Amino acid sequence: MIYFDNSATTKPYPEALDTFLKVAQNYYANPSSIHRLGSQSEELLKRSRQQAANLLQVSDKDIIFTSGGSEGNNLAIKGIANYYKDRGKHIITTEIEHASSYLACKQLEKEGYEVTYLPVDNEGKISLDQLKQALRKDTILVSIIHVNNEVGTIQPISEVAALLQDKPTTLLHVDHVQGVGKVPLDLSQGNIDLCTISGHKFHGPKGTGLLFVRHGVTLSPLIAGGSQEQNRRAGTENLPGIAAMVKALRITLELKETHSRELKRHKEKLIQGLSSIEGITFHTPKNGSAPHIINISVKGLKAEVLVHALEEKEVYVSTKSACSSKDQQASRILLAMGVSDSDAKQAIRLSLSYQTTAEEVEQFLKIFKTQVEDLRQVMRS
Amino acid sequence: MIYEFLILRFGEISLKGKNKKKFIVKLETTIRKSLKKFPNLFVKRHYDDIEITLHGEDVDAVAQQLQSIFGIHSIRAAIKVENNLDDIKQGVLQIAQSEVYAQTFKISARRKNKNFEYPSNVLNQELGGHILKNMEALKVDVHHPDLNIRVEVGEHDTRLYGREYPGAGGLPVGTSGKVMLMLSGGIDSPVAGYLLQKRGADIEAIHFHSPPYTNDRAKQKVVDLAEKLQRFGGHIKLHIVPFTNAQVAIKDSMPDNYRMTIMRRMMLRIAEKLAKKNGALAIATGESLGQVASQTLESMHTINEVTNYPVLRPLVSMDKIDIMAIAQKIDTYDISIRPYEDCCTIFLPTAPKTKPKREHANKFEQYLPIDELINEALEGVQTIDLLTKSQESDDLDDLL
Repeated sequence: MIYFDNSATTKPYPEALDTFLKVAQNYYANPSSIHRLGSQSEELLKRSRQQAANLLQVSDKDIIFTSGGSEGNNLAIKGIANYYKDRGKHIITTEIEHASSYLACKQLEKEGYEVTYLPVDNEGKISLDQLKQALRKDTILVSIIHVNNEVGTIQPISEVAALLQDKPTTLLHVDHVQGVGKVPLDLSQGNIDLCTISGHKFHGPKGTGLLFVRHGVTLSPLIAGGSQEQNRRAGTENLPGIAAMVKALRITLELKETHSRELKRHKEKLIQGLSSIEGITFHTPKNGSAPHIINISVKGLKAEVLVHALEEKEVYVSTKSACSSKDQQASRILLAMGVSDSDAKQAIRLSLSYQTTAEEVEQFLKIFKTQVEDLRQVMRS
Repeated sequence: MIYEFLILRFGEISLKGKNKKKFIVKLETTIRKSLKKFPNLFVKRHYDDIEITLHGEDVDAVAQQLQSIFGIHSIRAAIKVENNLDDIKQGVLQIAQSEVYAQTFKISARRKNKNFEYPSNVLNQELGGHILKNMEALKVDVHHPDLNIRVEVGEHDTRLYGREYPGAGGLPVGTSGKVMLMLSGGIDSPVAGYLLQKRGADIEAIHFHSPPYTNDRAKQKVVDLAEKLQRFGGHIKLHIVPFTNAQVAIKDSMPDNYRMTIMRRMMLRIAEKLAKKNGALAIATGESLGQVASQTLESMHTINEVTNYPVLRPLVSMDKIDIMAIAQKIDTYDISIRPYEDCCTIFLPTAPKTKPKREHANKFEQYLPIDELINEALEGVQTIDLLTKSQESDDLDDLL
């Protein structure tokens, strides 16, 4: 089996599952309970938070554990919008956000907020000039996806942060879900105010994530209830999930040290191999894209058909984002990049991980070529 | 990054005459321990300073780590060049170019090696001129320069110093002997411990625990505080004293308004015994004059009567707000404000005596089985070694 759908979700590390099981079995007490078992759970929660903070080079007070990327993005965008609404009601984001950011902004528009959606060029990149022009006195938030989940384009976050440096009333949220462990993001500089991370994108369990909220930034909670997560996210903590996610984060960052070059090589090899096939268009830009995502269109083949043809050979890839792949529309992201509707409907995404091997890459290319040729034969006859 | 090594200079240690070597060796040990996470560093001790070769480690990160170590007066980043004018010129220019924030600079040259052909005033002029010629935006300011480039021509090579970081000052932990710190869990006592560490004291801590009236989280709080203090060096042991029976006995048989005074006297007696047993020559508290009923001069007078060990009170003349600022700085504040009751707040009388008298305390205590209570408490002492404890907590770390 070749699993090239790691941007949709990853296979959990055995070590992370081991932690999940052990914590679920041994630390089941509620961290808020005042008895000894409760305080043991609380200690583990504290330790997990500290470890996550160390790994991300931030303070442990700046971390809110969430249920994943969608919650993180919603909490960041709506939480900031609501808390700072008296300061202004203008938000800037991009046309190529993940649905959880994009639709959160759409909801806010209905509530009377104004949202500017920055366009992107044909590589999927925003323009800093356009951002500069869009900034207003009442802009309370700029929310940008670091690594686009469909095509892998990396946005110039540090330049954006520099641009906002002298605008203390405009906060910056970065959706870093696809970037963790693959494309570094420096949170220690203090110029990024919020950052969303999701556990299952780096081999942690589903239903885990965290939102970094820089010290001094306040947000309105989405979920009312107990005083967990410093009153910012109510609900009994998912301790097994949290501990397992933190473990997965550690392993991923360690792998980044040893496997980065290999991953890059796999991607290059794939691009090289795919280029030799006739009628392939690359939507992922050559430069300035993440090392694990390749988005292509295969001329004459509907994406869906190709995905199923590959699945017959136990090769798993996807059409656009998993979160919106069930509707029949062409990808909003590709359309924003100026890709034609028909090309966009033929787009598939290959996404790798540090577990990808050279053999898999080779095998994939072989199967892919055969399947494409076969399908084309059928279409022609 | 252009810097190749750091030079650490000592403050008061340089004055310590014959003990100097002992002090520096102690400091070197502390430094090595605290720099473990930078595997490429090379630490070398000289007579007057300690030299750390960076071998590519980040100069700011290493310096920041060193800034919490007592006994270091200043940390200077430096490079070494050959003893000839051209190399020195090139070196100072490199430093000036790498410190982009600087708008003004000065050169402070010293010619230790008198055989070097240029005297220091000529060096100052030559080097300053070279920088001015090559960097138009930079100006000379000999009084308050943004960047002071020190040039030290030695026997074999010349050291050029650029970036400078202030050190923590004080004396190396462990060079002043051991102090038994009474650690309640509040804001003050960790600060008192920190200030004593700064003056070179090795700390052991005592905490009075009264289950079930005080809970495990209150105890954990003190462990966490001791762990924070452990960062500043030494080898901290935490003695947890079971205090329930003593407190209950005091509550049952002593007059309401003297309960607090007598409880404190009991604590001090136990602290003295533990100090003696563990080789500490003094007891320390976080008391600040007049802060609460137990910290009036009359209270101190009456409570202090039970020991002839020195009771060190580093915070005695400090305002609460200044103490809180230090607590924030050393990262103990957030732990201290966790809302668990400690033994000082349980059974508290509504109106404790603010002016207790020695003779009254002594009179009341005749009806208290003092020795019995002390011995019982001492027998139940649980000692936590913070150094080995960090290994025990590997259990949790394994999960993560």
